[in-house]
Amino acid sequence: MSDLHFKTITELAAMLAAGETTSVAITQAVIDRTAAVDDKVKAFLSSDADDALAQAKASDERRAAGKAIGPLDGIPIGIKDTLAVKDQPLRCASKMLENYVSPFDATCIVKLREAGAVIWGRLNMDEFAMGSSTENSAYHTTCNPWDLETIPGGSSGGSAAAMAAGEAIATLGTDTGGSIRQPAALCGVVGMKPTYGLISRYGLVAFASSLDQVGPFARTVEDAALLMQAMLGKDPLDSTSIEQPEAPDYAAALKEKKGPWKLGVPAEFFGEGIDPEVKANIEKAIDWYKSQGCEIVNISLPHSELAVPVYYIVATAEASSNLARFDGVRYTHRSEESKDAMTLFTKSRGEGFGDEVKRRIILGTYVLSSGYYDAYYLRAQKVRRLILSDFEKAFEQVDAILTPTSPTPAFKRGERADDPLAMYLSDIYTISVNLAGLPAISIPSGFTESGLPIGLQVIGKAFGEADMFAVANAFEKAHDYAQQTPKL
Amino acid sequence: MSETPHIDIDYVANLARLDLSEEEKAKLGSQLDDILGYFDKLNTVDVEGVEPMAHAHKVFNVWREGDEPGETYAPEVLTKMAPEHRDNQVVVPKVVE
Repeated sequence: MSDLHFKTITELAAMLAAGETTSVAITQAVIDRTAAVDDKVKAFLSSDADDALAQAKASDERRAAGKAIGPLDGIPIGIKDTLAVKDQPLRCASKMLENYVSPFDATCIVKLREAGAVIWGRLNMDEFAMGSSTENSAYHTTCNPWDLETIPGGSSGGSAAAMAAGEAIATLGTDTGGSIRQPAALCGVVGMKPTYGLISRYGLVAFASSLDQVGPFARTVEDAALLMQAMLGKDPLDSTSIEQPEAPDYAAALKEKKGPWKLGVPAEFFGEGIDPEVKANIEKAIDWYKSQGCEIVNISLPHSELAVPVYYIVATAEASSNLARFDGVRYTHRSEESKDAMTLFTKSRGEGFGDEVKRRIILGTYVLSSGYYDAYYLRAQKVRRLILSDFEKAFEQVDAILTPTSPTPAFKRGERADDPLAMYLSDIYTISVNLAGLPAISIPSGFTESGLPIGLQVIGKAFGEADMFAVANAFEKAHDYAQQTPKL
Repeated sequence: MSETPHIDIDYVANLARLDLSEEEKAKLGSQLDDILGYFDKLNTVDVEGVEPMAHAHKVFNVWREGDEPGETYAPEVLTKMAPEHRDNQVVVPKVVE
C-alpha cells in the first residue's frame, strides 16, 4: 500500500515533515483516486478540485516558510453534506436545499482550517441524516466499496465509503443514532462519535439537537484522536458545547495507557437478531482482550431493548421541530404552486422532502401532539433516563464496554427500503449511546466469509475518550484489519 | 395506548404543514401504525417517579457573558439564496387581503 491516498494522517505528516511529499501531491493523489473510482462508489455529491489544490498550495507555502502548523497541515479531509463549508453547497442530500450555498464555516471546519487541513468535497448521506443505508439521498445512492451491490451504511455512508475507497485521508460525519459508527463498521474503517457537547454543533444542520454530534472517520484510532484533538472545545456559538476542567491530550494517552482494562460485555447485545458471523467475530475480539490480561465483566444494560422506540420518539420529535425552518420562504425550495402562505409552506415542504423525512416529520409531530405527548414523548424521556442509569451503573464496574457495532454486515441495496422498522433496527447497538450522550468508536474487527467488514464498538465513559481510544488502539495495533483495502 | 394505535394522517400533516399525496398518505399510514405498535414496548416498563431526560448533561441556563456587537452578513449575502428576492428583500405570495 504505497499509494499516498491509502496512507494514514500520521504517516503523511511524517513524510511532509521530512520533505518526502507535499500537500499538493497528496491532494492530487486523492483527487485522481476519486476521479478513477467514484463512478463506481458514488461517495461524493460534489467536489471542488481547484479549491482543494489552492488550500494544499497554501499549506506547502506555509511549510516552506517554516510555519507548518501540526500533523493535520496539508491533509485532505472529506466533509459530509450536513456540515457548513463557506462558499460550498450545503444540501443535506435533499432537494429542499438544492440551491443552498453556505455563507459560513461550521466551527469544526474553522478548527480544521486553523490546523491547516485541506477541506475536500461534499459527501453523500441519507437526506437530512435520516437513514441507515444512504439510500435516502435525493441525488444518488452510494455503494459499499467492499461489495458494490451492498449499502455502505448510513447516514454518513459517503464519508465511510470515501475512506474505504481511498478518496480522502480522513472524513467527517455526524452521528445521531449511529450514523458514523454503523457505516464505519460496514465499510471497514474507524468511525467515532464523541461525548455529547465535546464538539460544537454550530454549522451542523440540526436533525435531533439533543443527540447530534460531529465526529471523524479515519484509517486508524490514532488518526481519529488527532482529528478529535483539533476539533474539541467549548464554542460560544453552541451553548450545549462543554469545556472540560482539564484539557485532554489524546496522543499522550495513546502512548501511556496500555491496560489491562476491566471491560464490560452486555448480554443484551448478543441476543436475537444478531448475525452468527458477527457474533462469533466479536466474541473472538473479546477473547483477544482477555488473552492480554483484561478482565471481562458480564454486565447488564436491561433497558437497551427499549432504546430503538425511545430513539425514534425523541429523535423524530426533535426533527419535526428542527425541520420546521425549511418553509419555502428564505433559502429552500419553493413550490410553483404557492398561492398563499399556507400553500407556500405545505406544497414547498411536500415537494422538497423525501419519503423518510416526511415519515419522521409526521411521526415526530404526532408524538408531540395534544393527547399523545404524555403517552409517547414524556414516557420516552423517562425511559431515556433509565437507559442512562444502566450505563452509569455499568461504568461503576468497568473502564469501557465492548459490543458489536451493527447486528449484520452490509446488506443488499433495496433490501430494507420498504420496511422502515427493519431499517430502524440496523441501529440497535448504537443508539443507546447517543441517548446516554456517551462516546463510542467502531474499529475494524475482521471480515465475513464473503469478505464484508465487521466492526467492534468500544463505548467509553462520558468524556472518557482517552481511555476509549487506548482500548481500541490496543486491538487495532495487534491486528491488520485496518490496513486492508477493497479491490475496486 | 391500549387500543391499536392509529395516526390521523390528515390532521397531523396539517399540523406539520406538509402536503402529502393520497398515495403517500396510504403508504405512510400503514407503516406508521406498525411503528407505533412497536413503540408499545415502552409500556412494559414502570416509569413511576422517573425524572424525564431531555439532555445528556446537567447543564441549565447557559448565559452569554456580554453580547458584543460584531460583524454581520451583508443583506445580499442572505437574500440571494431566497427563491425570489428583490431589493435585498425576500418576495413571498400575498398573505393579507
